[in-house]
Amino acid sequence: MRTLTFANALNEALRQEMRRNPKIYIAGEDVGLYGGIYGVTVDLFKEFGEERVKDTPISESAIIGMAVGSSAAGLIPVVEIMFVDFIGVCMDQLLNQAAKMKYMFGGKAKLPMVLRTTEGAGHGAAAQHSQCLEAWFMHVPGLKVVLPSTPYDAKGLLTTAMRDGNPVVFLEHKYLYGTVEGEVPEEQYTIPFGVADVKRQGKDVTVVATMRMVHKALAAAETLAKDGISVEVIDPRTLVPLDEDSIIASVKKTHRLVVVTEEVANAGSSAEIAARVADKAFDYLDAGIKRVTAPFTPVPFSTVLEEEFIPSEAKIITAIHQVLGKAVPA
Amino acid sequence: MTEKIENEKLLTMYKSMVTIRLFETRVSELFAAGKLPGFIHLYIGEEAVATGVCSQLKSQDYITSTHRGHGHLIAKGGNLNQMMAELYGKRTGYCKGKGGSMHIADVDLGILGANGIVGGGPPIATGAAFGIKYQGGDGVVACFFGDAASNQGTFHEGLNLASVWKLPVIFVCENNLYGISVSQARHQNISDVADRAAAYDIPGVVVDGNDVMAVYEAAGEAIKRARAGKGPSLIECKTYRWRGHFEGDPTPYRPKSEVDAWMKKDPIPRFETALKEMGVITDAGIAAMKKEIGEKVEAAVKFSEESPWPALSEILDDVYTVGPEAV
Repeated sequence: MRTLTFANALNEALRQEMRRNPKIYIAGEDVGLYGGIYGVTVDLFKEFGEERVKDTPISESAIIGMAVGSSAAGLIPVVEIMFVDFIGVCMDQLLNQAAKMKYMFGGKAKLPMVLRTTEGAGHGAAAQHSQCLEAWFMHVPGLKVVLPSTPYDAKGLLTTAMRDGNPVVFLEHKYLYGTVEGEVPEEQYTIPFGVADVKRQGKDVTVVATMRMVHKALAAAETLAKDGISVEVIDPRTLVPLDEDSIIASVKKTHRLVVVTEEVANAGSSAEIAARVADKAFDYLDAGIKRVTAPFTPVPFSTVLEEEFIPSEAKIITAIHQVLGKAVPA
Repeated sequence: MTEKIENEKLLTMYKSMVTIRLFETRVSELFAAGKLPGFIHLYIGEEAVATGVCSQLKSQDYITSTHRGHGHLIAKGGNLNQMMAELYGKRTGYCKGKGGSMHIADVDLGILGANGIVGGGPPIATGAAFGIKYQGGDGVVACFFGDAASNQGTFHEGLNLASVWKLPVIFVCENNLYGISVSQARHQNISDVADRAAAYDIPGVVVDGNDVMAVYEAAGEAIKRARAGKGPSLIECKTYRWRGHFEGDPTPYRPKSEVDAWMKKDPIPRFETALKEMGVITDAGIAAMKKEIGEKVEAAVKFSEESPWPALSEILDDVYTVGPEAV
């Protein structure tokens, strides 16, 4: 099968679904002529024109509000907030408008819309362009939260998002765009929300990881396999809905859990996953749950500090040794 | 008056204003009697604005409303029973008891909701207008908001985007002189919000918001322009809210003399006088209409009192669209 980068897989999902459904349009900052700051919407302007690929003013509240209003008026907007960090200037339109309209209106509104945005550190972009804020969104009833780790998942999940019929927050780790390449079918396909993917089978410890951390967890699993430690790596792929059944089934098999996210630990998605397992599978655990996350700091700029900030393969290996009750190698 | 308004239309407008007044007066009593939970923001005194604007709209046109939304909803055709039941929090309300006063909506009537967030509406109205234009329709969106909302970034973002894309939306500022307790003179350095239209190179007009025919005429001009693809307009309607910001507000921030002066400019008797002069209605006709509307309001109260509460299991319904309803 042919391979695509993460960014190209997203581009293909948009292109194919826009060809299929004329109600879909794209809007955001620099998504048109420029092709998106990370190239995800490249050439879509050329194919679909200015009517369907809209360069907007730098007005994030207007961008999300436009999605809400046009969705209520019958369209399916796919809007982009360039960096998730910018959600701070427009959160009302997502938090109080998009997420709540259906419920507040007694079910009579339908708001199909996708909010694409980028997350993550690794580019020296510092504190206002590097955060992982998935916990903000998963705390709000009415939003769905999607965060793929591979090109295959990215294409399938984005296609699902455009057909879901609800406000979907689609989080793309910017480090993955060009660095991760994988097999992607040429035809359209969907991946249901709320279905985790076991990225590697194992029997000694369950590692639940998201986005870029899936790749670090897989690298750690590969390293540990040489020492005879069998690590199962699960990518939930969507946080809302969360496939807790798959996670709990894995924990019942391995009896140990490590959760790895690039967010800070405080009230993070890692806390939610750990709490649900503690609630529903406590008796199956042979060790306390460990979390590997970023430290509780803004994302630092300096390359050495940023490297220290991002959870590393070494830290994941240490956590796995700890839940296995093994001495941590020096 | 640039064009003659049909008698039937004039009577419909009058009926709308009286319905808003009688509905809200009754709501005020019910709230004081402890029948209605939550926050209630009344529109009494401002009826000419909603009526003048909505009388220019077609059924497929949209509005976005505010926390002070009952008037807009009634003027756009909202059902009194469902509105009142929603204020009670009953199962038969517009939102099945999930929304209350600040979130009443009827998407089928083009009402994209009252809104509890000051300034929440302009970006949504702009989006709905984009939706209309994208689909090739000739509809328009009327976006209601207050003087205080014109200080929110969302107001400026909405006007800017609507103007640069020439979207069919009219922005209707109901300048009632206060943002909660802060007078306009203390919250912005201009006296005419309409001046802000200049920043977006769109028409900005000031009208007497207590003169329903002046509002009707200004809205008509703006809507004609919007439907012709010439983009948005900003209409500022000078008016006044008789009640506090919310029911129960002791209003220590404004003198009684100011309230009294504005109550003398009551838009309803003013319109009555004009209608009588035009021979459109008589005193007997007015009395009969008020009686009929009063009975409808009482029927809405009875309907609400007798309606069931939502089932507790319904708390989980309608957070998400599921199944075949999804796209």
